[in-house]
This record gives sequence, structure tokens and C-alpha cells, in this order.
Amino acid sequence: MTKANDLIIRIGGEGGEGIISSGDMITQAAARSGLEVLTFKTFPAEIRGGYAMYQIRFSHEVILSEGSGFNVLCCFNKEALDNNRSQIEKGSVLIYDFPGGDIAEEQNIEGVHCYPVPMSKIAKEELSTYRSKNMVAMGAISELFSIGAIPLRELIQEKFGKKGQEVVEINFKALDAGAKHAREHLKKTDPFQMDEGKPQKDVMIISGNEAIGLGALLAGVKYFSAYPITPATEVAIFLSKHLPKVNGNLVQAEDEIASLANVIGASYGGVKSMTATSGPGLSLMQELIGMSSMMEVPVVIADVQRGGPSTGLPTKHEQSDLFLAALGSHGDASKVVLSPEGVEDCIYLTTEAFNIAEQYQVPVLILSDGSLGFRTSSIKKPDPSKIKRIERLKYEPGANGDKPYERYELTESGISAMSHPGQPGGNYISTGLEHAPSSAPRYSPENRVSMTDKRFGKLDTLEDFVQATEVDDMDGAQVGVIAWGSTIGTAREAVKLARAEGVKVAAIYPKLVWPLPLKALNAFAKKYPKTLVPEVNKQGQLASLLRMKTDMKPISYNIYSGMPFTPKMILEKIKEVSK
Amino acid sequence: MTTATEPMKSKDYKSTVPPTWCPGCGDFGVLNAVLKAFADKTMSIDDTVLVSGIGCSSRFPYFVKTYGMHTAHGRVLPVAAGLKMSRPDLNVIAFGGDGDGFSIGGGHVPHVVRKNTDLTYILMDNSIYGLTKGQVSPTSQVGMVTTTTPYGAPDNPVNPLAFCLTYGATYVAQAYSSKSKQVQELVTGAMEHKGFAFVNIISPCPTFNKINTFDSYKESLEEVPADHDTSDLNAALKIALRAKEGKTPIGLLYKVERPTLVERLTEIRQKAKGDDNFDLNKVIDQYIP
Ligand SMILES: Cc1ncc(C[n+]2csc(CCOP(=O)(O)OP(=O)(O)O)c2C)c(N)n1
Ligand code: SF4
Ligand SMILES: [Mg+2]
Repeated sequence: MTKANDLIIRIGGEGGEGIISSGDMITQAAARSGLEVLTFKTFPAEIRGGYAMYQIRFSHEVILSEGSGFNVLCCFNKEALDNNRSQIEKGSVLIYDFPGGDIAEEQNIEGVHCYPVPMSKIAKEELSTYRSKNMVAMGAISELFSIGAIPLRELIQEKFGKKGQEVVEINFKALDAGAKHAREHLKKTDPFQMDEGKPQKDVMIISGNEAIGLGALLAGVKYFSAYPITPATEVAIFLSKHLPKVNGNLVQAEDEIASLANVIGASYGGVKSMTATSGPGLSLMQELIGMSSMMEVPVVIADVQRGGPSTGLPTKHEQSDLFLAALGSHGDASKVVLSPEGVEDCIYLTTEAFNIAEQYQVPVLILSDGSLGFRTSSIKKPDPSKIKRIERLKYEPGANGDKPYERYELTESGISAMSHPGQPGGNYISTGLEHAPSSAPRYSPENRVSMTDKRFGKLDTLEDFVQATEVDDMDGAQVGVIAWGSTIGTAREAVKLARAEGVKVAAIYPKLVWPLPLKALNAFAKKYPKTLVPEVNKQGQLASLLRMKTDMKPISYNIYSGMPFTPKMILEKIKEVSK
Repeated sequence: MTTATEPMKSKDYKSTVPPTWCPGCGDFGVLNAVLKAFADKTMSIDDTVLVSGIGCSSRFPYFVKTYGMHTAHGRVLPVAAGLKMSRPDLNVIAFGGDGDGFSIGGGHVPHVVRKNTDLTYILMDNSIYGLTKGQVSPTSQVGMVTTTTPYGAPDNPVNPLAFCLTYGATYVAQAYSSKSKQVQELVTGAMEHKGFAFVNIISPCPTFNKINTFDSYKESLEEVPADHDTSDLNAALKIALRAKEGKTPIGLLYKVERPTLVERLTEIRQKAKGDDNFDLNKVIDQYIP
């Protein structure tokens, strides 16, 4: 039996059947046993019912994306089987609830290893609790592919121990029953077997949304205000638990306008402040984003994108808020937009977002997305002592001699010292009106021009400040891929696959997406005139911005079905346009 | 309340920016009385922040030497609340108009009130949109002819006092711009109050409101009875509802104590054993598989 290095298991069933919790558990167990893991989940927008899916990729190497398709499909019900049937490829494994569930017939799919496991029946008849169905399935999966059997037991003990030994025992029994069924009633014909990994010391497993919260803590956030919205709520949930520990404050505001207003007030007071939302909330915040830009108050806004417009696809994947983030708010509003590619990036780009906000006194938006927000993956633990924290340029009383303090003083860098209430001599009125250097309202043409130029000009050094653009060169490449956000990981994998097939392809991954890192992008386009921009939105939002700000004529590859790209999709496109 | 060390006169608080209001605007009276209250309490210029929304009345902070924020239409309360939560050491006073507070910003009022947010909120109520040159406001009377209601306003007005009382405000007063002494007293009381203090100041707009004028108020003003019990919510509501009889009650309607937002947040930090030097490895370690 060959050892698999890379295995993708998809579990599908009805929302509320414990798919998410058991999926989380096997993921954690695998990570504990030293495997790399990356998960991908979709769930219905409704609380109960509807199709839910949890996909886990296991590997001994760093995992770049959720992958293309799956090797193992585990169906808790008929709906899951119906939804996925067309995607079952030859050579893969199908585990399904039979007999005793709602799948009526035994499955015989040509070239597919079909393993019936009567999960509902075992749960109901042997364990007399239907709720243990998910654990029966986990037991079978763990047994069949040698994934984390021991850590799985440890985790059950840790997780359910608080509820009493009885609950632990039921779960043990369910796990054992599933494993026993696999051992005794299934003849393993598939080749998938995960090698044990080496338990790693400095690994953590965390979701993209939690990672944004952690990044904020590492950056020194002390104030957070938000309004709940899928798929961003976990940022608030994480911080509501941990922010008070660092003496920070968190409130749930009455709406997203209030949450950004809160954040602006707090930051004006000198405290690093943040909010998190999704598209509908970001729409509501537009006026105040412009206000913070005008007031030059540092704020950080995380937008965990979902399918829009309007209520759209609340739980599905899309990267379609780039126009809004980059071009939104009325008037000429300067702001910065960053976009993380994976869970680890969610930590470090969030700390970077705070640093940029502080350094340049601008609103900084972080564009994550639903599948990244919900994705858990094993990453290297950050070292809090190594995080660079930048603080805003502060007014120092008396530093300018007798010259009165000017909040919006015109300086070479465009950055002016900010005073905080309580500082003698630093008094000023922070204002959304156009203002003189002193902060007093002033509408003269000369002042208008110099102040607008100040607010934009200060960002001229940004591209060198962040260094968030990665170039993957290749001599003789026919095509250069430009990807942003969570599509980057998928593109990386596609590029790797293409090169393995001998296709020459280069790539650039800008994580600073507004203002565009033009130096890097123009240099890239010069080397690789034919560029391909895969993105999960209808309009080709990054490609449009590239057409607007550079001479590039990128080929857009847009999908907008609510699902992310797979590496194979991008690979095929690379091959197609390379011809 | 943070105070200055030197004795202060009200003119010491005036900035060099001359007020932009029309001659005869009620807001002048409010400015003078508020500055007197500041002087009386020797409020610290450096530790006081005046936050406002948008409107004629919201220009207030420019005319005062303290710190200030001139924010967006309707957003004065959440901005001020964010500032107060993160800097409870400051005196944060919110200013605005009737449109700013009860129309576009009306959705924030219940929440800032129910949380007993530690703010003083001074609203200059002229029952008209001044800055945009005379449109109907949420406190305009039914039938009022304005630029956008040439056939008469179709809507019932809100009652700012009853509104705040119902949501649980802990200090509710109404004053009249020309009665300077009372404005000063009620504003002082509001600044000294622990929790959310609301002072609705009737401040006529002679330029655009020809119905609610200095003359008309002579008829309708009515002092809160001397024997009114300011801890009696029902009695306070009854006074607030005198507006239905065309009366304009002035004085302190209600004042009680209850835990404030800042106090509640402090409790949360204490429960979490908040520590400025908290080691974040303790959070990270919770995510080890
Ligand atoms: C979002 C938004 N909508 C509309 C306006 C226009 N606007 C400015 S002030 C104002 C009304 C002001 O009335 P009020 O708050 O009563 O203040 P006053 O001028 O009467 O003191 C309006 C509608 C605005 N600035 N912003
Ligand atoms: S328009 Fe009315 S409210 Fe505005 S300044 Fe003039 S008088 Fe005052
Ligand atoms: Mg008004």
C-alpha cells in the first residue's frame, strides 16, 4: 500500500449534524500528530438544515490551497451524495451512510472504492444516540486512513471531559464502533494511507478570522467595536474573549456605522482601534471611511468578503469588494487596502495594517473572505516579541518652540504629528471639513490642492514600506499570473503544477492591493507582457484596476459561483493562454 | 470631571474663530452659557473634548479652545462614545442639532442612552434644518410649512425628552437659550452627572423657523414645578408630554444613578484580569493542537 503525501477528505451532510465539530476534531487530531492541515467549509445560511460541507486537506508539506476536488468523500446523507456525485473521480473513495440512512441503495461506481458505513444505524441501535453519528464516521475515517487515532481520543477527553465522563465514554464508543466496522466489514481497496507525521512544537492551528484577531492583539489593539455579520463575526468573538486581558475594550455596536464611529473616536483619543465586518457593513461604513481619511485618524477595518450584492451569498466565497474598498467613499479619499492569502498572512498583514495606519494616519482595510475566514490551518506560532509595532508620529509639547501646534502641518513626508487630548498646547478640532494646517476650516483653492496632495502624497513611500508583493520569476515564461487574496495560494499551486508539466509561467502576488504597487507590477508586466488575472468576481475587479492604473492588458479569468478556484482550473487556464 | 488649576473666565475658553451663526441665532446664547459653565467649573482646556455632528449648531467646537471633533451628520454620539470608552479620563461633551440627533442619528440615541454612556449631550433644538436652509425637522410641528413641506409637514414630531426618558437616560433636562442662568446650571449638572446626561436646549432659528420664535416661546415656556421629584420617572414623563398641550417645559426632569458604560467595561476587564503587560503567548498557546 503506497503512503499518501497529500490527502483530501470531504465530509458532507445536513447542517447541524455535527459535521463541523467532528471535522474540527479530526483536523486538530491530525495537526497534533504532526500533519499539515488546511480546511475548507461551506455551510448553509440557515441555522439548521441545508447542505453543509467540511473538507480537510492533510499533507506532510506546506499546504497552499484547499486543492482540486477530493480523494475521499464521506456522505452523511443522500443530499451530500447527490451534490457531490458528479465530482467523484475514478480512483477516489466514497464512504456513505448505508444501510439505515436515507441513501436507499448500495453504491457501485466504476473505478471508485465504495465503502458503506451504517453510521445512523450504529448510532441509533448500538449507541442509542443519533447525535454520535458523526463520531462513528470519524472512527471509520481515522481507521481507514490512519489519521490521528490517538490524538482523537485525547481530544475527546479534553473537549467532553468537562461535561462528565459519561459523555466522553459515549464518544469513545462511537469512535470505536466506527473503527471496528471499518476493520471488520470493509475490505480496503484504496491506496490512501497517511504516514504519521512528526509532532511539531511550534505549531498552532487557528482560523483565518481568529488569526485577524490575533494579529490585532499582536499589533497592540486596545479598542474594538463591531456589529455581527457572517462571515466576519469570529473576529469579534475571538477578541471579545481576549481583548479585555490586555486591558482593551470591546463593544458590540448598534450597527456598522456606529462601530466605525466608535473606532474613529477611540483612535482620535490615541488608542489603536479596529472593526471587522463583511460587505453589507462595509457599504454602511463608506461615509466614515472618508471621514477618517480626511481627519487622518488611523483606523483598521477588516472586511471578510462574502457573495454580494445585497444579502447575496452570506456563507459563500467571493472576492468582490475590491472596488468598494479601493474606490469607495465619496470624494477623493486616500486609503490603503491589504489582502491576505492565507491564515498566517491574516496574522501578519493585520499587524502590518496597524503599522500602516499608524505610520500614514490613514484608514487601512484588510480584505479577507469567507472561505479564508472559516479556514483553519496549521501554521507556525508567531513570536510576540518579534512583532514590529509602529506608533503614530506624536506631537510633543514644546517641541516646536513658540510656533503654535498645527495638526495638519504641511511636511515633506505629508505626515504630521498628531496630538492626543490631554496634551497641553496640542488642542485642535479634528474635522471632516477641508481644513487649513491648523485644522480650522479653509476652502481656498490653494489650500484644497495642497491638503489633497498631502493626503495622497504621504502614501508615495508605501510600496517600499510594506513590501507585501512577491514575484515568482521564470525565464522564458509565456504568461505571468497576477493573483490576490486567497486566490494566491491556489495560483501558487497551479504554477507549481504547470511547471511540473514543463509549462513556463511566472507569477506576482500583490498583497497591497490599493494603492497598487505600481513599481513591482509595471516591472512584472514588462517582463511578462501576457498577464492572467484569476479572481472570484464577475467584473474582474483587480484586472480593471490594473487596466486603469497601468498599461497592462490582462486576461481576466473570472468565476462567481460562490466557490473558490481549484488549482486545476487555474492550471488549465495557464496552459490555454500559454499557447 | 477634570478641571484646570488656574481660575478661568468664560472668555478664556473662546477660540479665535468667530461664530459663523446668523445674528440673533439662539446658538449664541447656548455658547455663552456653556462657556460660563466651563469657567464656573474651571474645566480643563486640555482634558475636555467637544464632539459634534453636522449642522449650524454642530459648528460649536470651533468656537471653543478645548480639543474637539467635528464629525459626520448624525454620528456625534457613537464617535463621542468611542472616545470616552478608550479615554475615560477625558470630559467628553457631545453637541448637535435636532436633525443630527433625532433624524439621521436617531438610531444611535436609544443605545447610547440604554448603555448609560458617560457623556453629556447638548442638543440645540430649533425645530428646523438650519444649515441646509430651512427644511422640516423631526421636531417640527405637524403642518409646518418649510422648503420641503410647502403644503405643510405631514409627520408628527418626536419628543426628545420622552424619547430619552423611555430608553433609560439618567439625566434629562430642557432649557431655553435666552435663559442663560438656567442653561448654565443644567449644563453644569449634566457635566457633573455620572452617566448619560441629556440637555435639550430650545434654540430658535430666526432665519428659517418663523413658527417657533423667541416670541412664540414666551407663550409656551413652563418651568418644571418646584416640587417635582426628579427621581420619579412617571412624573418626568408627564412633564415631557406637556409638549402635546403646546407647552415647553424647562428645568430638570429626571436624575438617577445607575452603572455607566465605563464602569461596566471596567468590570469586564477586571473579570478578565486585564493587564497591560499580558503575555500574548498565553493566547497563542490555547491554539496549539
Ligand atoms: C449624510 C448627510 N446627509 C445630509 C447632509 C446635509 N445636512 C447637513 S446639516 C443638515 C441638517 C441640519 O439640521 P440640524 O441637525 O437640526 O442642525 P441645525 O443646522 O438646525 O443646527 C443636513 C440635512 C449631510 N451633511 N450629510
Ligand atoms: S440658519 Fe438658523 S440655526 Fe443656522 S445659524 Fe442661522 S439662525 Fe442659527
Ligand atoms: Mg435644527
